[in-house]
Formats: sequence, C-alpha cells, structure tokens
Amino acid sequence: MSIILKNGTVYDPLNGIDGEKKDILIEGGRIVDKVNERKATTIDCSNKVVMPGGIDIHSHIAGGKVNVGRCLRPEDHAKSVLPRTAITRSGSGFSTPSTFMTGYLYSRMGYTTVFTPAMPPLMARHTHEELHDIPMLDKAAYTLCDGNWFILKYLKNGEVEKCAAYIAWLLKATKGFVVKVTNPGGTEAWGWGRDCRSLDDVVPYFDISPRELIKGLVEVNELLHLPHSVHLHANNLGRLGNYATTLETFRIPKGKAANERQILQVTHAQFNSFGGDSWKNFESKADAIAKAINHSDSVIIDAGNVTLDETTTMTADGPLEYYLHSLSHLKWANRNIEMEAAPGVTPFVYSPKAATAAIQWAIGLELELLIRDPWKVLLSTDHPNGGPFIRYPRIIAWLMSRKYREKTISELNKAVNDRSTIHAVDREYSLYEIAVITRAGQAKALGISEEKGHLGVGAHADVAVYDIDASKLNGSEEIEKKFSSAAYTIKDGEIVVRNGEIIKTVDGRTYWVNPQVNEELEKEVMKDIEYNFKRYYSVNLANYPVGEEYLTRPAQVKIDTELG
Amino acid sequence: MKEVILKPKEQPNIWLEAEVIKPDVFAGKGLKDIEALEIFYGSKKARFGDFFEVSGTASDKAEDVRIVIAGDVSRTKRVGEDMSAGEIIIKGSADMYVGARMKGGRIIVEGNADAFAGQQLAGGELIIKGNAGNYLGSSYRGDWRGMKGGVITVEGNAGGEIAEFMLGGKMHIKGSVGAFAGLHMKKGLIVIDGSAAGRVGAQMTGGSIVVNGRIASLLPGFKFEKKEKDIKIDGEEFMGIYSKYTGDHAERGASGVLYVRD
Ligand SMILES: [Zn+2]
Repeated sequence: MSIILKNGTVYDPLNGIDGEKKDILIEGGRIVDKVNERKATTIDCSNKVVMPGGIDIHSHIAGGKVNVGRCLRPEDHAKSVLPRTAITRSGSGFSTPSTFMTGYLYSRMGYTTVFTPAMPPLMARHTHEELHDIPMLDKAAYTLCDGNWFILKYLKNGEVEKCAAYIAWLLKATKGFVVKVTNPGGTEAWGWGRDCRSLDDVVPYFDISPRELIKGLVEVNELLHLPHSVHLHANNLGRLGNYATTLETFRIPKGKAANERQILQVTHAQFNSFGGDSWKNFESKADAIAKAINHSDSVIIDAGNVTLDETTTMTADGPLEYYLHSLSHLKWANRNIEMEAAPGVTPFVYSPKAATAAIQWAIGLELELLIRDPWKVLLSTDHPNGGPFIRYPRIIAWLMSRKYREKTISELNKAVNDRSTIHAVDREYSLYEIAVITRAGQAKALGISEEKGHLGVGAHADVAVYDIDASKLNGSEEIEKKFSSAAYTIKDGEIVVRNGEIIKTVDGRTYWVNPQVNEELEKEVMKDIEYNFKRYYSVNLANYPVGEEYLTRPAQVKIDTELG
Repeated sequence: MKEVILKPKEQPNIWLEAEVIKPDVFAGKGLKDIEALEIFYGSKKARFGDFFEVSGTASDKAEDVRIVIAGDVSRTKRVGEDMSAGEIIIKGSADMYVGARMKGGRIIVEGNADAFAGQQLAGGELIIKGNAGNYLGSSYRGDWRGMKGGVITVEGNAGGEIAEFMLGGKMHIKGSVGAFAGLHMKKGLIVIDGSAAGRVGAQMTGGSIVVNGRIASLLPGFKFEKKEKDIKIDGEEFMGIYSKYTGDHAERGASGVLYVRD
C-alpha cells in the first residue's frame, strides 16, 4: 500500500523539521522519497498536523502486577466500558484497561509504540502473553534487575563482567529490551521487612548499597552497548524530602554513552521531587531537580505527571505500595517473586482538593516546563501510577496553554500556590516541543531513533495526523480533543485509525535485545545459573526462558558488546 | 404529578437491563418516544416497547413524573438506576440494582427486590414492601464507597452484607437480616427490628447500628460499654433498654456504636 500525506504541517524534530508544509510518502511500511502517484492513496492534510506516531517509554500495560491491579479493582472496570465493534473486541477498565482495549485507546490518540517498564523475569511468559493480546502497537518489556540475587552477588563481589554476562542471558531469556531497576536495594530489603532509605543503606545479607548497585548496573549496561540506558525508579520514591536522594542519584553516573545518549534515565521523576518533612509542609522541589537536569550530560528524566484522577498505583517497589496503603487505608495487594522482585498494588485518589495531589500535579508540569531542553524530559504519567495514559492530551494542553493551567490551579487546593512555582511559569510548549517529548525524544532516549520517532526516508511508517490548524490554535479544550482523537493513525504504512475510530486492527512488533557475550564467560555464568536454579528456583532452568513464539512479530536487536 | 403506566408484556426468557425506566429519561417524552427507547435484552439491544405496553403521559419535569409498573418485573434489572427525581411504583417484584446510585425522588417496590438494591444510594427514598436481597445499599463490587445518603426502608427481611461500606443516610429493616450487616460501615444509621445473623458491624469504624431483635453472635472486636434506657440517635428515639457496644476494635481508631435491645 502506498500513501501520500499531502501538504500537512509536519513536525519531525529528529530531522529538524518544525512546522514545514510538505508531503510524506509511504510505501511498503516505510517512509520513502518516491511513490507511484496514480496507485497511491492520497490524504489531504492541508491545515492538519503531521507527526511521527507517538511513543511511550514508560507505561504499565502488561506484566504480572497489571493483572493483579485488574483483579483488585472491579470498580475501576465498571467505570469504563468499550463495546465491541465489527472489527474490535470489547474491553473495560479506566486505569487498567484490558489488553485489546489498551491497544485501541493508544492507537486512537495517534500512538504507535508503547514499552512496558517492569517485567519480573519469572513473569516474562505472562508479560509476553499479555503483550501478545495488545494490538495496534510496537511493544517491548523492561526486565526487572533490582532484587535479583545473581546481580546483587556479582556486583558485591566486583564481578562486573560476570554480572554483564548474566544480564545478557537474562535479557535473552526473558525477551527483554531494557535493564530496569526499581528502588535498587530497597526491593530486596523489603523481603527482609526493611527498605533502603539512603543511597548508602546496605541491603541485608548482600551487604551492598543502592549507590554501588546503580554504579555497577550503569557500567554493565554500557559494556553491553544496550540501545537504552539504565532505566531507574530511584530510591525513596514517594517519600517526603526525597529530592535530596534524587539529586545525589543524578551525580552517580558520569559521561555519555558511545552513541551520545544519556547513561541513566530517572523515570517518573515527579515522584522523586518531594520537599518537606511532614505532609503538612510537603512542597515541590521540581525547581532543584530541573536545575540539576539542565546541567547534566548523563541523565534525563520522564515526568510522571499526576492527572488528578482516581487511579491504580502499581510498582515493583513493594515497600512504597505498602506505605501508600498505610496512608490511604485502601485495599492493597503484594507479591513476592522468588529471587527476583516484590511488587505491590493499591488504588489511589488524586483529589484536586487535597494539597498533596495538587502539588504533585504542579511538580510534573514544573519539570516539563523548567527543564529547558525538551529532549531531556519525556512525557509520561507512569501509567497508571500518576494517572491513566488517556490523559496525555490533557497534559499536552496544560503544557501548551498557561491559561489552561491557571484555570486548573483555580480549582485546586490553595497549597499549590505557596508550595510550588507553577503559577509563575509562563512558558508554553510549541507543537515542535510536544513532538519532542511525545515522539522524537522518546525514540532517541530508547536508542531506536534510526527507524522510529521520525519521518525521514527509511523510517517505519508510523504516523499520526491531527486535525489541528497550526496557524490558529484555538484554545486548550480543542488541543485536548484533537490529540485524543487522531484524524489518522498510520501503523507500518497502513491506515488503522480514521477520525478517532479504529478502522483496521494490526499486530505490532515486540522488540528484544540479544547482546553477544564470548563463550567462555557465558559458560562460566551458566554454571552459576544452573547451580542456583537447582537449589532455589521453583521452576526448572529449561522451562525458564521465553521463546520467540510467544512474541508478536519478534524483532530481535542483536548487539556486539565489549564482551564479545 | 402525571403518570406513565408500564404494563409488562410476556416475561422475557433472558434478563432485561432497563436503566431507562426513570423519570429523568421519561420527562418530556411522548409515548412513542418511550416505546422507542433502547434497552439490553441479554447482550442484544432491544426496543423498550417490545417488552412493555406504555400508556399515560409524562410531564416535562422529572420531579412531576410518576412511573407505575403495573406488574412483576423480577426479570428486569436496573429500574430507576441513577434517578434524581420523581417517583417509580413497582406493583410487583424487581430484579437486581433497583434504585442503584439514586440521587433523589422515590421508588416503591411492592414485592421483593433482588440483590444490590439501592447500591451506592446518594439520596432519595427506596421503599421495599416485600424482602430485599443481599448487598442492599452496598458498594459496587470492590469499591470502598457504599450508600452515602437517602433512606432505604424494607418492610420484610433483607439478605447478607447489607449497607456494606455505608457512608451516610439511613437504612431501616423491619424484618430480620443475614450475616455481616453494616460490614465496613463508616457513618450513618442502620435499624434492624428483627434479628441479625452473626458478624454485625464487622470492621465498622463509625456510624450506628440498632438491633431490636437478637444477634446470633457478637464479634470479639466489640466492647460492652453500658446499658442505656430510651436511646436517641440522629434525633430519632428508640424506647427500651439497650446494651451499648463500641467497635469494631479490630480496626484502628474505630468508633462505631452497636445497640442491642435487651
Ligand atoms: Zn512505572
């Protein structure tokens, strides 16, 4: 199928295109420089905005705890119901939509790629089974590497290369894409009824600190030349005064990766920008966090916006979820996954009338507005933790309109005026900058920008067209509406959404990395793995790895490493 | 007040879901419009008029609309769900969710009501002249917010886990109730004239429960305070000698009150 997107206003930051009127040509699932005009479908995009398909670097759409959230919250499912159509399946769920519905809702917003950030290795098969049922999107899963006994031990003993070889094996076995670290040290300490409250608080038994873990894993990540950097849910997340720990965390890694990308992404940083020492004087420290990011070459963040909704929180950070539950007294679920992880789930109501929620709302936006370089701050809600992903268009509207922010502030708890700086920020995002934080920047941070996140020749033909006249933006309500409902979404060169309706369902790729490690080292590490599986695991080693047959359109990224 | 009369035709073999039966929807509509309303017949959409004969007239304002269902609708769910004004009189029994999330107005069920009647009631009045099923005035499954206002009166008996997560309003059962009445209750008043099966007020942290009959067994989280004569709660008087308990002390800081008549 060939498509000509004619005369649209194009925002393609990776190619430096800022609102130029031009045609985008598509053939064979790629962006091309020439098509047969008579055979092509021409779509008139005059007075419409054309962007690469949206990319989401951090959204909990699959993995064991998403399902725990669904089971825990039937009331969340009653709130949002999607009937089936001739081509789409039914679904339900406001903050944790069911699998098929997740794909449709993203696609309707013009998103084409969504990565899920927390896959406990033992839950890999389940995670891929869920991803398998999510249509419309390219996907990948991040392998949790925090409470993992192999990693803790290797790094404690200074065996960085062995640790790297183990992680290479783990990524292959779980069909993962990224080294994800959640509350390093703390999640393992939780298994002992404790937590790591500073970067130098050691993990019981393993006697290693979060600081050493982060440093070691960044080193491992770069030895393996992984596309993305280490993806870190930092220590003390959600705790009062945690901004100091966050600033200290930013200082751990030094330099940039060989391919110029960051070497650390601190994810959903809103939850790690808290000041104050009681909930009564809780305040935003987003300005300090933004300043540090403005001066850092090594670290980027995603925002983790709070959208003022009733949602479901779910993280691999077991102690945090227990803490939230003890604040709210709402129901709570916790899991312990053998030698690997301990996630928790609890509902959360971000009430506009509550000081804490209002300030958290401000922090997310402050981060996006005070960090000068949009390539260093990506849009996310840590779906569903800060709010459901269907609210991205509203966040975009808040970023693009100071007036809209002022209107929202007027409806919030007054504490937001005294304990954040949001009311004083007059910056408004341009469409170009929106394209950076929702597409181009996400692709670059993930290390997938050769094929994704841009509209240059050779890129995957994942495109979003919005019915927005860039020459006269008509207020925040319209911005939100238009970004909620793409005029067209094109996935791999096929029109899948028209006027916000799914008109064709497709399956996306599942990316996974395969770092090549020399045989000798691999053998040595396999001995450890075999020993520990026999001794401690509840499954046989042979049953552990997930085969490619579980993946829709598996897309293997083979990598030459320093250990090849 | 003008009346719309709904005469059920043949009883459906699959349940109907008819949340359209409420003054808010009928107000300002002609009979033809009402007959043309869409309801669910199992998983399929159906025409309201295929299951009900419609007569009378509807006022323009919901508060002036009275709907009389002249017969048994024990296979029709969600009658009066989300209604905010006016009146519904059901001459027979109603299926699940009658008056769920009701905000105002009045529903009278002359027969029995099945489970989840008055679920998450916010206001108005729900009167059931026969028996009520389980989860009367409860929360939605999994939710922690139950009935928060309005009045539910049952002339007969009620099932288990009634007034679960109650946050306000009043519930009066003139007969007996099943286990776990007032489970997780936080505020409001439950009066039970008959007897109550066990576990009354389990995990309640506030509000009041008055049992005028017997309680099968009291939970260990309840502490006997004293005997009281002729008690008064929210301006309402209850004559007789009552044993006063507080609880459920299995919950931190619980301040629920349970009165049982001697
Ligand atoms: Zn997350």
